[in-house]
Amino acid sequence: MSGPLAEGLLRELAPQALGAVVRRFGDFEAAEDAIQEALLAAATHWPSEGLPDNPRGWLIQTATRKLLDQLRSEQARRRREGVAALREVPASEVSGRDDTLILLFLCAHPALTAPSAIALTLRAVGGLTTAEIAAAFLVPEATMAQRISRAKATVKKAGSSFRMPSGDEWKPRLRSVLHVLYLIFNEGHTSTAGGELHRVELSAEAIRLARAMHAQLPEDGEVAGLLALMLLTDARRPARTGPRGELIPLDEQDRTLWDSALIHEGTGLITEALAWGAVGEYQLQAAIAALHDDARRVEETDWPQILVLYGLLERMSGNPMVSLNRAIAVAMVHGPRAGLELLAELDDRLPGHHRLITVRAHLLEKAGELEAAIEHYEAAAQRSTSLPERDHLTKQAARLRRPTDV
Amino acid sequence: MTKFLLLMNYGPIEGMPPITTWTPQEINAHIEFQHQLGRELAVRGEVVDTQGLAGPELAKIVTSDGGAPVVTDGPFPESKEFLAGYWLVDVDSEERAIEIAAQASAAPGPGGRPIKQPIEVRQVMGPPVQEL
Repeated sequence: MSGPLAEGLLRELAPQALGAVVRRFGDFEAAEDAIQEALLAAATHWPSEGLPDNPRGWLIQTATRKLLDQLRSEQARRRREGVAALREVPASEVSGRDDTLILLFLCAHPALTAPSAIALTLRAVGGLTTAEIAAAFLVPEATMAQRISRAKATVKKAGSSFRMPSGDEWKPRLRSVLHVLYLIFNEGHTSTAGGELHRVELSAEAIRLARAMHAQLPEDGEVAGLLALMLLTDARRPARTGPRGELIPLDEQDRTLWDSALIHEGTGLITEALAWGAVGEYQLQAAIAALHDDARRVEETDWPQILVLYGLLERMSGNPMVSLNRAIAVAMVHGPRAGLELLAELDDRLPGHHRLITVRAHLLEKAGELEAAIEHYEAAAQRSTSLPERDHLTKQAARLRRPTDV
Repeated sequence: MTKFLLLMNYGPIEGMPPITTWTPQEINAHIEFQHQLGRELAVRGEVVDTQGLAGPELAKIVTSDGGAPVVTDGPFPESKEFLAGYWLVDVDSEERAIEIAAQASAAPGPGGRPIKQPIEVRQVMGPPVQEL
């Protein structure tokens, strides 16, 4: 069997096998290590020896053997501590697919910081190796290994058991899981130069996990909304950067490069989810993305409708970045002056933020105040934390200063 | 996570005698502190790279107009502006980077007193902010 195929299968099976081993031994930390070893063994043996008849069973068996070896060597110590090495397998053997969901909830544990939850999710549920995750985040492997083992120790210390959160826990925990997947997606989506290949894989991984979640919770509007948002955003990726990695803003993108299959799927998902009622933030963001993706030419963008959605989103989230985007929509519907007036209210909430300065520069340019626009483009460039973004802003200022050269 | 470069320059620190005048014990305590800080950052999963650089005496400054390079050897009059070393860390927030810089700045000197070494905190360019 070919490499990529084996890899895809391993990632699919990793959480299922991990779930089975955790249920049997009750120790997430040790089970996770054992599964990693089993995955490495599979990656070595399967391509040369052929796929086993029952790949999932093979992984569980290999991991169990490794875990038992480890437990035996620690038995004396464990006996002293009075910890039962083995637990009974629950009579109701849950399916591997449910396990994936439980693992997602475990990895988005409230005791973890977002970066730790991301790393743990990618390894435990995504089945990525520590080296792959380290490459994606451009840190040394030892650093990522340390981050993951601290995360596992934190989950263990918090005393979490392997089960679905119940009652009051459910809603906030689901929110954390969605947030972690959203962050993983963004890490990949906003990638530029260094480590690009690995980072694009992060987006694909986030989409895969969101799909798995949606398959299990098909009636949750926010899960559907998040998946739709990812698909609708990812659809624009081919047009988002130029040949040298330079940023191309939405209104200048070659829309024929957009992935129409992803747009179709995302639009279908979000249209269906919105009809269920109880609209959440991801659904609103997806609906806005769908309206952008729906416009074949930038002039056809339905800005009045986008403005309505940003209004709802602003009330729901209270996030100043949402208010900033709403100001852009206001400018598109009611003119740049109206947008600039709204920006004045944001100075206290986003002081000196380069995004705010950038938007102000755009709107000043639209309002014909070229001198002020140049000044703001330059100020934004100085405060940018991204090279492609800084280059783009520097060029905007240059374009206004020397209009005949462009 | 965001990457920050914490930079330490050569050059005298106000109110602090040069390290060559410290007692061997004080110098040892200072070195052990730097090692301990390095271990701590490694254990926390935050360290990307850290290096100390050879002094300005060994530095060369290169300029070129596209032809043969012009190489200038030290000593350089403005040697206090030379980089002495750096920590490249990958942390949750700027606050955490400042916390590490503060820790590094308070390395012990004579009598165990913090030397208040100035540490420059610079964010490493990352991916652009998402469009939303």
